[in-house]
Amino acid sequence: MKLSPTKVYKGLNLTAFSLVMIFLYIPILILIVFSFNDSRIISGWQGFTFKYYIQLFHNPAIGEAFRNTMLIAGLSTVISTTLGIMAALGLENKQFKARKGLLALIYTPLVIPDILMGVSLALLFNFTRINTGMVTVLIAHVTFCISYTVIVIQSRLEGFDYSLVEAAADLGAKPHYIFWRIKFPLMLPGIIAAALLAFTLSIDDFIITFFTSGRGFDTLPIYVEGTIRRGTITTINALSTLMIGFTLFLVVITKRIRKILISAL
Amino acid sequence: MENIILHNISKDFGTFRAVDGVNLTIKSGELFSFLGPSGCGKTTLLRMIAGFETPTEGSIYLGDKNISDLPPYKREVNTIFQNYSLFPHMTVFDNVAFGLKIKKRPKTEIKDRVHEMLKLVKMEDQANKYPDQISGGQKQRIAIARALINKPRVLLLDEPLAALDLKLRQHMLIELMDIHDAVGITFIYVTHDQGEAMSISDRLAVMNQGKIVQEGPPDDIYERPTSIFSAYFIGETNLITGDVYKVYDDYLELHCPDGTGKMLKLDSSFHKPVSEGTRITLSLRPEKIAISRFKPRPQDDINIIKGQIEDILYLGSHTQYIVRVGKLKFRVFSQHKRVYFDDKALDWEEEVWLFWHDTDTWLIEDNPLDILTDAELDDNGNLQRYVKRSKV
Repeated sequence: MKLSPTKVYKGLNLTAFSLVMIFLYIPILILIVFSFNDSRIISGWQGFTFKYYIQLFHNPAIGEAFRNTMLIAGLSTVISTTLGIMAALGLENKQFKARKGLLALIYTPLVIPDILMGVSLALLFNFTRINTGMVTVLIAHVTFCISYTVIVIQSRLEGFDYSLVEAAADLGAKPHYIFWRIKFPLMLPGIIAAALLAFTLSIDDFIITFFTSGRGFDTLPIYVEGTIRRGTITTINALSTLMIGFTLFLVVITKRIRKILISAL
Repeated sequence: MENIILHNISKDFGTFRAVDGVNLTIKSGELFSFLGPSGCGKTTLLRMIAGFETPTEGSIYLGDKNISDLPPYKREVNTIFQNYSLFPHMTVFDNVAFGLKIKKRPKTEIKDRVHEMLKLVKMEDQANKYPDQISGGQKQRIAIARALINKPRVLLLDEPLAALDLKLRQHMLIELMDIHDAVGITFIYVTHDQGEAMSISDRLAVMNQGKIVQEGPPDDIYERPTSIFSAYFIGETNLITGDVYKVYDDYLELHCPDGTGKMLKLDSSFHKPVSEGTRITLSLRPEKIAISRFKPRPQDDINIIKGQIEDILYLGSHTQYIVRVGKLKFRVFSQHKRVYFDDKALDWEEEVWLFWHDTDTWLIEDNPLDILTDAELDDNGNLQRYVKRSKV
């Protein structure tokens, strides 16, 4: 049998696709499966159990880390998204001379390694003698989230059809009415995307949080790292499985959120 | 009377003067068009009437009220945008209702008025769709309904049909005229399409480089152009330049340096008096010229010249002949009517007679700078090529 180039091409395509899927999802699958495995170590299937999930909910340290994570993620999402909206609107005018320079300054943290951000923030807090803890972690998270929220909201504005603003003004709408009825609803998908991004970035940040949290303020990633270091991986599997579920839930409801918000406006 | 009066309007963008000293009165209830090539200032003029731009100089009056500095939302003027600009996140109903919702009208009134408007544009059954679910022609109708619901005194239309295909364009043109008759308000229409402007307008203004070149009813501009630009921008024409040799009672003798014909008959009731010795440019529309291989019987008021066919372009409804007379080329349109005496088609290189009524030679300019025997317009409608001929 002779292989035609299209067949070879198709075969390669399928192989590459399978490999990507395997590398992406096998580890996650293993993690989920072993969160139900009745064994202290990952060494084959020992039977089904919910006990790590129960342990999870009875562990006060995890509860606190979870509350801290949600608090930081929630606050930094709200603050960085609000600032992102304002920055994107402020940088909307293409005639504005400093626009490109300011955008470059905002985008730079995207390419700066996390470790550098973490160290520099730690140095700053040390230098200004601000006690590390919740406030410093919040400041740090807002700092790195802003770059992402601005870039997402600003790119949404880039494609904005300004004749819609003119059309609304032409029909008798005053500027603030135009903003809330036309511009904001059309920016909303970008704003929601930015908020989601900020939220997920904040939830799973380890490096920057590690350098800015100090002792006594643990978020989930910090707690997970500490626990794994001590060798107990089982509850962490359960915790991770829950987090995966939570993230999927967020993605699914995003579309609904947008619709609800638009109809509320 | 709610006339729109443009008084000495100019608009500068940086160092570029987009509109240059326009004076114009648009009568109440009129369907008036601005026609010109892109960049001629017609859209800028429209945007100043809408309130999106403020004039650098001059003022705009609606009736006796100076509206030059009013923001768009305070003007009783509504606009149809070129790309319709429907709000994508609102249904057809909400788009049309937008103007009334701003005015906080009661819900039942809004509902009635929206349905009335949708009926006017024949879109009653589409009220709950979103703009991305309807076709271009339907979007156009919704844009019209949305603009008219505010009962504006003037409706501005910025190249409203540019995005539609030819058949739909012709159809919408007729509907626009019907809507204009139904609502009875002033329509100001901007287009670069001379066919649209000619067929829809009560009056129109031909614009070039920020200035109004000529204004008047369509037939007036077509039959009696006052400049080379308007003769060329609307339709096609033949330009003939020559020196007036002798003026008789009912015709004059024109010496064309390119040797066209020694004597051209022009109507003696000419719109401008010309004296012997002046150089003039004439316009002669291609469809006014008859073409035949037989010499017609001479008549007092008919010009007859002989030429040779250089090119034949078959265009469906008519054929365009390029006929060389001396050094000059004449464009002649001939419809395919087979009742003429010579039924056999004319052929390349054939010697033919061209003849036309003397009133159809129209003086557009006296004392032209150059002897202009052939001129071409570039894509922007600007005169691009002057062919200078040596003097006799």
